[in-house]
Amino acid sequence: MTRKRSTLAFAITAFAGAIALGNATSAGAQELTVVSFGGAYQDGQSKALFQPAAKALGIKLKEETYTGISAVAVKVKAGAVTWDIVTSGSGSAARAGAEGFLEKLDYKVIDKSSFFPGTAQDYCVGGDVFSTVMAWNTKTYGANGPKSWADFWDVKKFPGKRSYRKDVAGALEPALMADGVPPEKVYEVLSAPGGIERAIKKIKELKPHIAVWWSSGAQHAQLMKDGEVDMITGWNGRFDVVAKDGAKVAYTFNQGLLDYDCYAIPKGAPHKDLAMKFLNEIVKPQYQAEFTKFITYGPTNKKAYEIGAIDAAYAKTLPSHPDNVAKQLSINLDWYIKNETKAAAAYQNMLTE
Amino acid sequence: MQRTPPTLPLSDDHSVALRKDQSAERWLMLSLAGPALLLVLVCMLLPVGWLFYLSFFTEDGAASLVNYRNLIEQPSYARIFRTTFEVSLLTTAICALVGYPLAYFLSQLPTRIANLCMIAVLLPFWTSLLVRTYAWLILLQRTGLINTWGIDLGLWSEPLPLVHNMTGTLIGMVHIMLPFVVLPLYNSMRTIDRSLIQAAANLGASPVQGFWRVFFPLSLPGLMAGSLVAFILCLGVYVTPAVLGGGKVIMVSSRIALDIDTFLNWGSASALGVVLLLLTFLLLLLASRLTKGLSLLGSGH
Repeated sequence: MTRKRSTLAFAITAFAGAIALGNATSAGAQELTVVSFGGAYQDGQSKALFQPAAKALGIKLKEETYTGISAVAVKVKAGAVTWDIVTSGSGSAARAGAEGFLEKLDYKVIDKSSFFPGTAQDYCVGGDVFSTVMAWNTKTYGANGPKSWADFWDVKKFPGKRSYRKDVAGALEPALMADGVPPEKVYEVLSAPGGIERAIKKIKELKPHIAVWWSSGAQHAQLMKDGEVDMITGWNGRFDVVAKDGAKVAYTFNQGLLDYDCYAIPKGAPHKDLAMKFLNEIVKPQYQAEFTKFITYGPTNKKAYEIGAIDAAYAKTLPSHPDNVAKQLSINLDWYIKNETKAAAAYQNMLTE
Repeated sequence: MQRTPPTLPLSDDHSVALRKDQSAERWLMLSLAGPALLLVLVCMLLPVGWLFYLSFFTEDGAASLVNYRNLIEQPSYARIFRTTFEVSLLTTAICALVGYPLAYFLSQLPTRIANLCMIAVLLPFWTSLLVRTYAWLILLQRTGLINTWGIDLGLWSEPLPLVHNMTGTLIGMVHIMLPFVVLPLYNSMRTIDRSLIQAAANLGASPVQGFWRVFFPLSLPGLMAGSLVAFILCLGVYVTPAVLGGGKVIMVSSRIALDIDTFLNWGSASALGVVLLLLTFLLLLLASRLTKGLSLLGSGH
């Protein structure tokens, strides 16, 4: 009995020791852990942002991948935060920040003076701008695709199968524009009583023609590559990637929804101060300009367009180029923080009807 | 007239000793089951208990019944539960219909050949579920193999909607669940004594009568066991409807994923899990009542 007990005790001590040792080594070196979504996107981040910035600051860097901000919430709740910086969508970061899972960013350290308005929020600093656009199958419509959301809804003028987003984010605004609401009034209408219902009613109109409700960027790109649908909403960079692969797809920035990916620091990150400095480094214009070479997502830092590092013709294909910004509507994060849960419930009701 | 009750003290000793032995044996048996019980406790009871506990809290950590109230007030939840049970029941029924003749065929073959054929049934088991699901997507989509060939051969002129709907989901689910029905079914058919069917024939039963009145009832426990396993597995399936359902077949698991991944709302997801568990228990209870007299888990005839 005593022997057994001592074995057990030994095992526990050894285990605890191993954990302590693990902590000690990770705390000893100045090593940042940066997390993103993997794939071609993180490859680009790594080559254009993370590795060069680590070199410039003279620190060690560890990269990991994850599926989304909910993993941060789990780590924070468990008190086992090992990540210093996470990449996130702007909306989920705003929500996670409001729920206390992220550190407030210190804009005395991070220079946001030349950022596009709204792309540097309290808990997350913008890294790249993307756009939710309407894309079409060029085999079906040639170069004469839809020019507006009203066209997207017009199944007489543009007969064919549609695909639309399965989640509510970015799904209501196009419906209202199709219903005749001018872009600058969209959030005003959505915030007013009956606004969400009006958008959902409009989506119901299109529902019989929606063959697939897509749930990820990889999926909407694949759908166009396979020619499964004729018209779709989605994130512009993904369509460019499959178009390069030979997919018959084109898109327009007209009435697109401007949104951005951003960088956040989880609450209780092991190297919070260093992480702030690192963020200030990777949002500098030269880094952001370099990143555009990997995917057609635009910089959040206006200066990136001015330093001459982006080819002028290529710059015009980026969502945050001033010419393209003028054609689009920016996602309103405040509206989402206040209304997304309610809107999502209504959207689910519509989907399951 | 004095009669001492014979050997009473002795018998007392005996019975005490016997009882001691008995209880020692029981404890021994229990200790044999110990590791398994511990596993059930750690892997099953604790998480389920934790889920149950979480489901009574809101996102802000306040105790409330709001998660359960939402389940009732929002019509989408009832529809999602209906879809979940509909998909599971249909999949199980199709598996039973397809699997029974297959298992019967296999059970009538000589063992060696049957074992070879079994590989065909087991092969899907050894292939990743994701790979199989995406394979179906490639076969069934608008520009997929089946539609391309069908149109080229002039069998139909417009692409058939085979995937991104209930049809595609069921095809994928049946493919995945079929081995779970066939294996126990085949097993129970193998153990059926052939001489019983010969006896039935001897007594004047036609082959059809022999099958329906002797063979079929004896194979029922295997069918029930297989169907139950398939049904319960179906209830929790996430990948197949997500890939082949086109967003139109929304099952409980995908709603749980939405609540956790997008809304960080563990309470609401937990409530869904708890209700699904309870509904499943209820349904199984009902099934066992309805099939009373017929052993659910295939023990004995």
